[in-house]
Amino acid sequence: MSISNPIPDLSAARPITLVVNGKTCNGHAEPRVNLVDFLRGELHLTGTHVGCEHGVCGACTVLVDGVSTRGCLMLAVQADGTNICTIEGLSDPDGAFHPLQKAFHELHALQCGFCTPGILMSAAELLASNNDPGEDAVREVLSGHLCRCTGYTNIVTAILRAAAIMRGE
Amino acid sequence: MKAPAFAYLAPTTVEQALGYLHEVEGARVLAGGQSLMSMLNMRYAFPDCLIDINRIPALSYIRESGNLVEFGSMTRQRDVEFSNIVATRLPLLREAILHVGHRQTRNRGTVGGSLCQLDPSAEIPTIATAMDAKVSVASVRGTRAIDMADFPAGYMNPAMEPDEMLVSIGIEPWPQGHGHAFLEFSRRHGDFAIVSTAVLLLFGEDGLLSRVSITLGGIAAAPVRVTLAENVLLQTRGTQRDVERAVAICLAVDSTSDTYIPAWYRQRLAGALTGRALNIALKRAGKQ
Repeated sequence: MSISNPIPDLSAARPITLVVNGKTCNGHAEPRVNLVDFLRGELHLTGTHVGCEHGVCGACTVLVDGVSTRGCLMLAVQADGTNICTIEGLSDPDGAFHPLQKAFHELHALQCGFCTPGILMSAAELLASNNDPGEDAVREVLSGHLCRCTGYTNIVTAILRAAAIMRGE
Repeated sequence: MKAPAFAYLAPTTVEQALGYLHEVEGARVLAGGQSLMSMLNMRYAFPDCLIDINRIPALSYIRESGNLVEFGSMTRQRDVEFSNIVATRLPLLREAILHVGHRQTRNRGTVGGSLCQLDPSAEIPTIATAMDAKVSVASVRGTRAIDMADFPAGYMNPAMEPDEMLVSIGIEPWPQGHGHAFLEFSRRHGDFAIVSTAVLLLFGEDGLLSRVSITLGGIAAAPVRVTLAENVLLQTRGTQRDVERAVAICLAVDSTSDTYIPAWYRQRLAGALTGRALNIALKRAGKQ
């Protein structure tokens, strides 16, 4: 298991294949590149935002194999072979809004919108497993996201409204 | 900021990972990445090489083995949160795990990663200290067990050699009927605790406390067992006067000061939280 001169070779860009929003994508990334920079820079999916880059703000949250993940705390090379869902894949292919997007729009749950893509992905994960969450469960999920505009009240209301839409109410 | 350049290896077996750790200079193990990745992005860490153990499925499990519950080092915190074994046999851990970061970070964060990061206010090292866990570390030379009490060599510094890797942790559940409580104080939910406290207690047939464990996190370089307070409670009935004597010891425990939090504030939190936790644990043990 001898590794000859590992540093130059092993830090070079390498090919990555992953499924993003149902489409197989190929790209190249150096090991140092994180997932959100790869999505934005290499795959040109700029809907996911980069905030604090140390896992606090939640702006870069995407779903990796169905679970919410900080895009800044995962390397692109670690996403090789995974199935990623980003904000670009939340609405229907024909452009119809997801119930979450409808509710955010109707209830004014965003102002500047910078934090919104990340919040929507976390909320989508919550509603996928529980279409009748209480306010506490919603706030628990939101605790992983910073929004400096809204004060969160309308975001909570909108997520509860989206759950109601998904229940057919 | 962006991470510095590093070499990257992704072994698929423990043997392969240990071989790399032995051979490559300046390597660091990448577990869930919820601390190390941010340290790389902020350029607090400059490893020459990352050995990513996320592709080693053999390191991810929760199982009962004899009188222990064992966790593979790559077990996600989320799996701990939803484990039936943890909920029924390690209720203290179940209560504490809900305080670890946020849902989004628990999805990636691991048991072993948190133990090796060894933040003094992190929940998993605090529970491991409270429950006298045994940590297993491996290298090409073999595997050795370390008592959790001996695991911290200093502030955020586990007693491991550079080529060793944590592979599992074993925790012995307390008997049915024990009381437990975990409380912490932080400015926002999900932040690192300023002070946390973990309490376990067990009454004997004679109605006296036969086992007591009191641990404070965030107060010193590593989580600390408050043996003096434990001893004050042993062989008592756990009355309010007994609780007050234990609290008095916690109020005087050696504490660190930093830019934001003075030591006296940590001491007051230690006393208040431990008093509350003892009362919750006593109630759960059927007393009061």
